[in-house]
Amino acid sequence: MTWLFNNGDLIGQLVVAHLLIAIPPIILSFVISVPIGWVANRFSWSRGTLLTVLGLLYAIPSLPLFIILPLVIGSGLRDSVNLVVALTLYGIALMVRTSADGLASVDPDVRQSASAVGFSASSQFFRVELPLAGPVLLAGIRVVAVSTISLTTVGAVIGIDSLGSLFTDGFQRGIAVEILTGIVLTIMLALGIDALLVLLGRILMPWVAVNSGRVARRERRRTQRAVTA
Amino acid sequence: MIEFRSVKKQFPDGTVAVEDFSLVLPSRKTTVLVGSSGSGKTTLLRMINRMVDLSSGTIEIDGEDTSQLEPVALRRRIGYVMQNSGLLPHLTVVDNVATVPVLNRVPRKRARQDALRLLDTVGLDRALADRYPSQLSGGQQQRVGVARGLAADPNILLMDEPFGAVDPIVRAELQTELLRLQRELDKTVVFVTHDIDEAFLLGDQVVILEKGGRIAQVGSPTEILSAPANEFVATFIGADRGKRELSIRSTPSGDILVDADGRAAGVLVGEPGLIGNPGLIGNPGLVGNSGLIGNPGGVAR
Repeated sequence: MTWLFNNGDLIGQLVVAHLLIAIPPIILSFVISVPIGWVANRFSWSRGTLLTVLGLLYAIPSLPLFIILPLVIGSGLRDSVNLVVALTLYGIALMVRTSADGLASVDPDVRQSASAVGFSASSQFFRVELPLAGPVLLAGIRVVAVSTISLTTVGAVIGIDSLGSLFTDGFQRGIAVEILTGIVLTIMLALGIDALLVLLGRILMPWVAVNSGRVARRERRRTQRAVTA
Repeated sequence: MIEFRSVKKQFPDGTVAVEDFSLVLPSRKTTVLVGSSGSGKTTLLRMINRMVDLSSGTIEIDGEDTSQLEPVALRRRIGYVMQNSGLLPHLTVVDNVATVPVLNRVPRKRARQDALRLLDTVGLDRALADRYPSQLSGGQQQRVGVARGLAADPNILLMDEPFGAVDPIVRAELQTELLRLQRELDKTVVFVTHDIDEAFLLGDQVVILEKGGRIAQVGSPTEILSAPANEFVATFIGADRGKRELSIRSTPSGDILVDADGRAAGVLVGEPGLIGNPGLIGNPGLVGNSGLIGNPGGVAR
């Protein structure tokens, strides 16, 4: 336990470093996957091809990827950009299918009615299809977030600082508390980000709670009473 | 005025939905397209706001060829009400109604105020404004749909079986409401239904369609009831089953009108002296007489 008290600063720095590496891939994989998901649904050839190929990204082992990426994008071997790009690729692999499914889940009647009242193609996408796909997209990005935060620790193997450094360092020096701290903090970070995403979903999509389950039923009864009264 | 000129629609798979359709839909009147499924009635409706593109022919709105107009702009100046309301589930009632004005860049605050007034117009409590569509009954959703259709104050209102999915009591209520609205607002309404009674109730001009958008008969409800053009029309309006042949029967509680099967179909009102007057039976003057409760419901014999 003395290790823990003596290394508060280090732990704080590693948490920040971990977040700095994990958050960009979470955002990037969302921003990149949604348009790809849209394209996947758009044409008959594209869905199977895109989803399969991009899904396979997840099958690439991470260590070889860290070696190949610097060659492809011209970064240094120990550059944290490698890790960010690698995690983004894994994120896309998880998120593209969810994006396609989410956008496809929008009720065709709603789509048609939106275009009938005069939504242009782009306003229909941003104001109707994207928000209505929101719950599915949120579910997808939660998986990406948790997976990315956990995968970030792998960077320690190639010398990029994150909470993973606590595993490698603790292992080499035989400090069990250090290893345990790394594990617990990684899990807490993942849970924290997940909770934030859920909160964000509640704020951005207030209709979801209303349209499903108890709130809807209760409100409907109240509406009926108000109208009959 | 909306004018269809030799309009044809063939879908990519080869099905001909509309063969050769020409018709003038007068301004500020309600034209009802009525027919069974496959008659092309919904296709015809959707051609007006270019939801469906023509294979050949033209549609003109007040002399303007719609194929020369930008579809999105065209749709924003034509009200559209569909079955199952078509409301956006993620927007509140007031924002649903304000949709088109907001798309037309009316400031949101003003669009919402206008939307609240429209809720009054269609007979909805303003307390429902902040609810989501899923929290409303089917009838209330349809009213919101009508309010949304009216929000941009369009000259033309397209209604695609708007009351098809609600129960008969609510439907009757909504129909009455639409008649009232139409008296107040004077829109050019194009209404699609498969229900001939609804067509006769709401239509100034009723168009009975056969398969492929062929016009079986066009006319006022009175004209169609008094002189069905052919057997198809007679069958469609129920004249062949005696549903439209009403006669007066005296009952202990008063005189009623019964159809050919003897089922009660209505009561006769009007000049008191006439009720039950045997001389009236078979009087052609009575055909389509507004004195028949429930509007043109039949021909008294």
